[in-house]
Parts: sequence; C-alpha cells; structure tokens
Amino acid sequence: MAMQVDLETAPTQTGMRRVAIDPVSRVEGHGKVTILLDADDRVHQVRLHIVEFRGFEKFVQGRPFWELPVMVQRLCGICPVSHHLAAAKALDIIVGATRLTPTAEKIRRLMHYGQILQSHALHFFHLASPDLLFGFDSPMEKRNIVGVAAEYPDIARKGVLLRKYGQEVIRVTAGKRIHGTGAIPGGVNKRVTTEERDVLLADAYKMIGWSREAVELVKRLHFANVGLYNSFGAFRSNMLSLVAADGSLDLYHGDLRARDDAGRVIFDHASYEHYWDLITEEVKPWSYMKFPYLRALGPEDGWYKVGPLARVQNCDQIPTPFADAERREFVDFGGGQPIHATLAYHWARMIEMLFAAEEIKELLHDDDLLGDDLVVTGASRRRGVGVIEAPRGTLIHHYRLNANDQVMRANLIVSTTHNNQALNHAIRQVAKRYLDGRTLTEGLLNHIEVAIRAFDPCLSCATHALGQMPLEVELVDAAGARVDALRRDGDGGIARNPE
Amino acid sequence: MPPTRLVVLAWGNESRGDDGLGPAFLARAEALPDPAGVASTFVADFQLQPEHAVDLDGRDLVLFVDASRTAEPSYVFRRVEPARTATFTTHGVAPGVVLGAFEATFGRAPPPAFELAIRAERFDLGEPLGERARMCLEEALAFFAALRGNASAVAWQGMVRGP
Repeated sequence: MAMQVDLETAPTQTGMRRVAIDPVSRVEGHGKVTILLDADDRVHQVRLHIVEFRGFEKFVQGRPFWELPVMVQRLCGICPVSHHLAAAKALDIIVGATRLTPTAEKIRRLMHYGQILQSHALHFFHLASPDLLFGFDSPMEKRNIVGVAAEYPDIARKGVLLRKYGQEVIRVTAGKRIHGTGAIPGGVNKRVTTEERDVLLADAYKMIGWSREAVELVKRLHFANVGLYNSFGAFRSNMLSLVAADGSLDLYHGDLRARDDAGRVIFDHASYEHYWDLITEEVKPWSYMKFPYLRALGPEDGWYKVGPLARVQNCDQIPTPFADAERREFVDFGGGQPIHATLAYHWARMIEMLFAAEEIKELLHDDDLLGDDLVVTGASRRRGVGVIEAPRGTLIHHYRLNANDQVMRANLIVSTTHNNQALNHAIRQVAKRYLDGRTLTEGLLNHIEVAIRAFDPCLSCATHALGQMPLEVELVDAAGARVDALRRDGDGGIARNPE
Repeated sequence: MPPTRLVVLAWGNESRGDDGLGPAFLARAEALPDPAGVASTFVADFQLQPEHAVDLDGRDLVLFVDASRTAEPSYVFRRVEPARTATFTTHGVAPGVVLGAFEATFGRAPPPAFELAIRAERFDLGEPLGERARMCLEEALAFFAALRGNASAVAWQGMVRGP
C-alpha cells in the first residue's frame, strides 16, 4: 500500500513560514496545527500536535483497582461510559470473570448503546451539522448549534431529544447520569426494573425513526455535493475495529479485525488479550502523541483509522435490519472499493446511531435484562485488558496490579491516538488544497477543523476547559518572527495579531 | 399555592482542581432542606450541553452553577437570556445556549434563569479544590441559601451582583 508521508517531514525548513492553529475549536482537549509554507507560499509541511493526556495513567497508579470504573469516567466529558466499561472489562479479567451473566452483559450492552446513541447525536447534530448544513465558509455566527436551532428547529430538537434519551438509558443502567457505578468488576451492581424498562421502551421506536431520518439527512447532504464530500480530506489507509464472532458489527465486545486500504483482511478474529503483539506505537520527536501501527506492516504502511468509517466497512453485516440496509447502501456507494472519504465518517456514524437505537430496542425486549444474577468471579489475575468500540473508535484499557490490589501500571490507548496518523493525513489533504498562500481566513481555518471534526476526536480526553477554547492562528516566518495572527475568541470575536 | 419549582444545574470535573466547584456546590446544596414554598431539583454533569434544556421543562426558576476564572471577588450572580449566537467552542456550551435549545425543543420561552459563577483558579489533574476556591464555595453556598429563601425571578433580579 502506498501511504502518503511526503508532507510529514519537509526536506529543509529553510525559507519556510509556519502557520499555527491553536487550539482546534469544537473538539475535546487541545490541539495545534502547524503548517510550514515554502518560499513560494505552498504548503510544504503539516503536523497536528496533540498533547496526549498520559497524566491520567500516572494518576491512577497506586489506587485500588475497584475504584477504576468510576475514576476513569473523568477522562472524557463526552463519553465517560466508554471508559467506565473498558475499565470494567479489564477488571473482569482481573477478578476471573471470563464470562458475565446474561443479565450483566445485557445491562452493560444497553448502557454502551445508550452512550453510542447520545455521543453520535452530539457529534452530528451539535458539532458537525452546522458545518454541513450551512457550508464550511458560512459565517461563524451561524455555524453553531444556535444557528441550526434558528433555521432547522426540527433537526435541533431531535438532536436534543436523542441525546436526552441516550442519557436516560445511561441513568437507568449506570444509576446516575455521571459518576455511575453500574459496571463493576465481574458484572453490574444495579438491576433494571420493569418500570424502568417500560419507560425506555415507550420512546424506543421514536428514536429509531429519528435515527433513520438522520441517516437520510446525512445521505442527502453527501449526495447534494458528492464531489466535495468524496474528495475532502480523503486518503487511503488500513482500518481496525472489533467484530463479533460471526463478523457482525459489535461495539461492546469481539475480536480485532484489520483490513488494508483495498478491503483485504490483514488479520481476523485476533484476541485483544495480547494486543501488543498486533499493535505497537511509534514515537516521533515532534509530537507528544504516539503513532500506533500494525506491527506486521511496520510504521510506514501499518497505520490505520478507527471509528465509524472503519467499523461499518470492517464488519460483514449489522445485526439489526434498518442499519444493515443502510450499511449495504453505503458499501454499494463505494462500488466495490472501501470508502476513504473523511466526510463519509458522518454517514457511517449515523448508520451506527441507527444501529444503537435498534439494539437498544432489542435489548429492552429481552427479559434477561430484568434478571437478578448480576456478578460472577473466578480465579484472580494481576493483569487485565479491556477493549471496547467507543463512539470515536477502538479504546484499550490495560492494567497491572501489585500484590495489594493497587494499580501498578496502566496503559490507555484512546481512539484519537489510534487515529493520530490518519488525522494528520486528512489535514494534509485539506491544507494542500485550501491553504496556499499567506492569507489566513476563518473559512480556510474551518476547512481544517471540519476535517478534524469528522473524526470527532477527544484529542486530549480532557474535560471541561471552562469554555476557554479560543482559536489562534499564527503565521511565523523562517526566522521565527510572527508576521500575522488571528484569534477567534470564545464569544466568536476575531482579533488580528492579538497579544 | 404550589411551590416554586427550582432546578439547579452544576457542572465540572472533580479531578481537575477548582473545576470541581460546580459538583462540590451541588453536593452541599442538595443536602440542605428546601425552605417552605420551594421544591428543588439538582442536576450534576461533567459539561453543560444542549440537552440539559430538557431538565428545565416544568420548572419555574433555573440556577446554573459553574466555576469561573473571571468571577470577582468570590462569585458573580447574573441573569441569563437565550443565546442568539453560540460560543465558538462546544467543549461545553454556555447557559444561554441551553436556554436557546429549550426554545428550539419546546417552542416556547424557557423559565427565568440565572447563573452563579464561582471564582476558580487551579485546574491541575488530581488536585483538590484550592484554598481560595473552598472559601469562595462557602460564600456561594451562603448566598444560595438567601436565593432559595427568596425563590422568584423578581427577587433574584434584585440580588444580581457583578458584571
């Protein structure tokens, strides 16, 4: 596979200027895009810098292991349940619970699909739809959720209520909307009552209907501007995700499958228990974030993308009817080749949201959900690995304990880390096409952000930055002097050459 | 006369120093009994998001509580109106955006809403609330007791303080 690396390292930095975008707006955490221009103002080098949130791995060292499922929820304000469940899955291994009771597994699955539903709704309706509905160059005042509410109130309303429904599923299964304690090592600690089940069932079909409408909306947007959507930030890569034993899409549990850029299977049904035999991480001097790659292919050719675009194409089928019909249409759109369009992430994401809505309905109709047999244990171990398909992609939690049942070492590989190289490639494609010259405009910058938002990255997995997320653009000459800068503040105001 | 239905929404990350002011406030406030004529509901979250609009439905009065780098000296108390433009980041939205989402969701005006922003300074991972933040929290809780004893939009408007 011919992976593009030509822009990663410029042959020489002599005569180049640097364009820095810091931080990237509307994504969790903080990022910075550096673009080196050559003397002719052509894009020569592009890098996405992300400060990876490795601090959390130190933070949990020395803590008793049973605290982890609650503690790790503080990693991410958007998908705390993913960390909650990935940690619980790792601790299942540690307490010897190799197979949960049907009730416990189904309650956890319900919790997870509630999380998928609400997170995908947040991403599409609140973060991405302003760009897609109004256009990447539309005024910033319009390109946000308030603008959507003003011009498309029905879309905004359904986005809010889909999110709310997902939150209610989480509340019922985890006990609380945040800091839930539902998943514990070996199972769950809260049963679902008939009354709770019935309340959720009452709206389940409406959520499926709205999710189907969301898929139609994203398809309509894609088809309306198919040339742009197919080419914007597009790049070829391998793809990685969990799949169920029968090859179906399963976002809670499965084995690892990787395909190459042409869709050929690289490995299949590989247990994640020793993920380090399959995946390793490269360190690059210019980035705090590591670059994972498939060990068998090496760093040049082994990088991959994770998340909805990979998952929907990696699986053989989706086990719910409406979502599988949409998957087939999606695959047919590729004409026999995998779709690598960055903006197709949104289409795939809405297919997954529909899958989540259907799966929630299926689980609510399953009487195992109402059982009382919640926890199992077995022979304990000192090490556990838990992997889950979080909304943004594959999430790995790996813990080693000491003899006092305290965390001795933790390794977390979040989806943004898996997508690190892919994100860089998407930005490069956009920068090559749109950033050619010295003029920095809000529209140009937003094109880069649109590419990043397609992946919906957590970036640093930090939570709640107090709204202090200005967008700053800096143009620096070869000597290091700033020749131009733009800053977009939290209130939308633009300042040129701010202090 | 039916009680005033008050909802208090507080958000923040307790693992990030003073960012935990919102949840800390909520934990303390929730433990206090309602005065006569007030029925309070408390909602905590990591971040404020548009779907919190649903939590405002059926309420008479709304209080948003958050940590703030700019509140002086200890807290700021102000009226919040539905936003016509959003803040650029949706890393968590501003209270006005939630009110705007309420209008979009329910097709009517939201209940009167106010924000209590408590002074915050340190946000390091794994740090507890700082000394000054703890002091500001106590002052904010005392002020909240006064608010709850005068739970009406008219009374609260007269208690606004800060910019």
